[in-house]
Amino acid sequence: MDNGKYEPVIGLEVHAQMKTKSKAFCKCSTEYNAPPNTNVCPVCLGHPGTLPVLNKNLVEFILRLGLATNCTIRDRSIFARKNYFYPDLPKGYQISQYDQPVCYDGYLEIEGSKIGITRIHMEEDSGKSIHDFSTDDSLVDLNRCGVPLIEIVSEPDIKSPKQATEYLSKLKQLVVYLDICDGNMEEGSLRCDVNISVKAKDSKKFGTKCEIKNLNSFKNVTDALEYEIKRQTEVLEKGGGVIHQTMTYDAKSKTTSPMRSKEEAHDYRYFPEPDLVRVFVDQEWKNKIKSELPELPEQKAERFVKQYKIPSYDAEVLTQDRAIADYFENVCKGVGEKSFKAASNWVMTEVMRVLNEEKLEIADFRINGKNLSILINLIAEGKISNNIAKEVYAEMLKITDLSDEKQNPEFIVKEKNLLQLTDSAEIESAIKKIINENPNEVKRYKNGETKLLGFLVGKVMKETSGKANPKTVNDLLKQILLISNLR
Amino acid sequence: MAVTIHDVEHIANLAKLKFSDKEKEKLQVELNKVLDYIDTLNEIPNLDKVEPLENINDTENVFREDVPEKCLAKEEALKNAPDKTENFFKVPKVIDK
Repeated sequence: MDNGKYEPVIGLEVHAQMKTKSKAFCKCSTEYNAPPNTNVCPVCLGHPGTLPVLNKNLVEFILRLGLATNCTIRDRSIFARKNYFYPDLPKGYQISQYDQPVCYDGYLEIEGSKIGITRIHMEEDSGKSIHDFSTDDSLVDLNRCGVPLIEIVSEPDIKSPKQATEYLSKLKQLVVYLDICDGNMEEGSLRCDVNISVKAKDSKKFGTKCEIKNLNSFKNVTDALEYEIKRQTEVLEKGGGVIHQTMTYDAKSKTTSPMRSKEEAHDYRYFPEPDLVRVFVDQEWKNKIKSELPELPEQKAERFVKQYKIPSYDAEVLTQDRAIADYFENVCKGVGEKSFKAASNWVMTEVMRVLNEEKLEIADFRINGKNLSILINLIAEGKISNNIAKEVYAEMLKITDLSDEKQNPEFIVKEKNLLQLTDSAEIESAIKKIINENPNEVKRYKNGETKLLGFLVGKVMKETSGKANPKTVNDLLKQILLISNLR
Repeated sequence: MAVTIHDVEHIANLAKLKFSDKEKEKLQVELNKVLDYIDTLNEIPNLDKVEPLENINDTENVFREDVPEKCLAKEEALKNAPDKTENFFKVPKVIDK
């Protein structure tokens, strides 16, 4: 997007719901989609006299992300109360962290640029309000109240909507790899607020920023930012000033509008949470988490290039999604070294095509790695051609029962009689038949129209229902035509 | 820093409380007294070198293991609510946040 003499300055605040089994400060389950108000207890309902106790895994999870994003880990940190009134917040405050977050001063690298991470802190989610129930009342479900979140705040280092989505997708990939968040934006496991201001390109001073809340898809992030950049640029071009405000984004009209928020909404009166003790992360704990960090995307890609001798482009595509990378490795387990590249091609093209077309996650993909490796082996052993393999693959996709032996490509090849003809006598007789049936083409070929060989090969392939090895047909056909030429 | 009437109104608003003008004046006086009393702390020498005490308890790292346990039954959870439906807490309409 060209804004002439203006450029945007963007920062992201991302909330990631942690994959703990129980809530941040009480023993209630974090299960998604439970019947309303069934995962609640006196602590998360904010009953008087109850005390929160911190979930150890929440600390472990945030340390994983902090270490993976090059953050400094604060050895001693505390929680704070963020005070505001809303019906889905029964205590009247959210337990969060304020001036002493656990992780700070990190960065993520995307496409060669470093995006700074100001801080990552722990907090709890609020409940859910339902407003469309009636005109007079709202309904409240407190299941989500107290579910652990971490908030990742970036520096205003992001220069375009495109870079914002690159940063977001990198962050999503990372939390999924670290196994701390399922990364599902539709279900709200990953939520994004953006801070955006526009400034003159030659100015060092930032413009007045607006915050856009709750952008729950990559597309919304891009569209909302593009709209807001345009809006703010127009205000500045007319000589006006941008008003500092919180906006909402409407995906239907692709526009932002100011939130109707109360005047003092931002006066949260943070103070140290007296009900929770300090968290102390010593070197030993940090080292332990560091040593247990899973292989991260870049490391995995590097290993794939070395171990499977695939191009770095392939390795990068295959490691985008940790589950796809695992799937690829599963396929490789079943094939010979020479077929690693073939395995990569099959996963990148055929498998990913189906995932895209059917909007599936690899976990729900019907063909298991073992059966795909059997298919690749059938090609490598010359038992079926690539084209036949695609037919078999289509058959495999039709089978929904994964345990079904019928999905085994060897079974399909046998049942559909697709085994490549290796018996040259059979191929020869097909060739002879085609020569007899196409005397004109044969004559023209002999008279120098050599490109007609392709036509004849095609006919023979058709005659053998595609089961003949095209190279064998090619060679045999040439030989036979040569002999008949001499006669 | 003296508490003004405007501060009193601001705090009352945040706490969702309403006061008459007379009550506001009274609160202004009282709040100022409280702050003056707290200001006594400023008499301590080298106060800026004293670390704030965040918690009276000097222990660290009190954790629970991440094991979910049975929660309250829905009926129990909703029992004390001033208003409810079969499954939800019911509150006066809230439109914005």
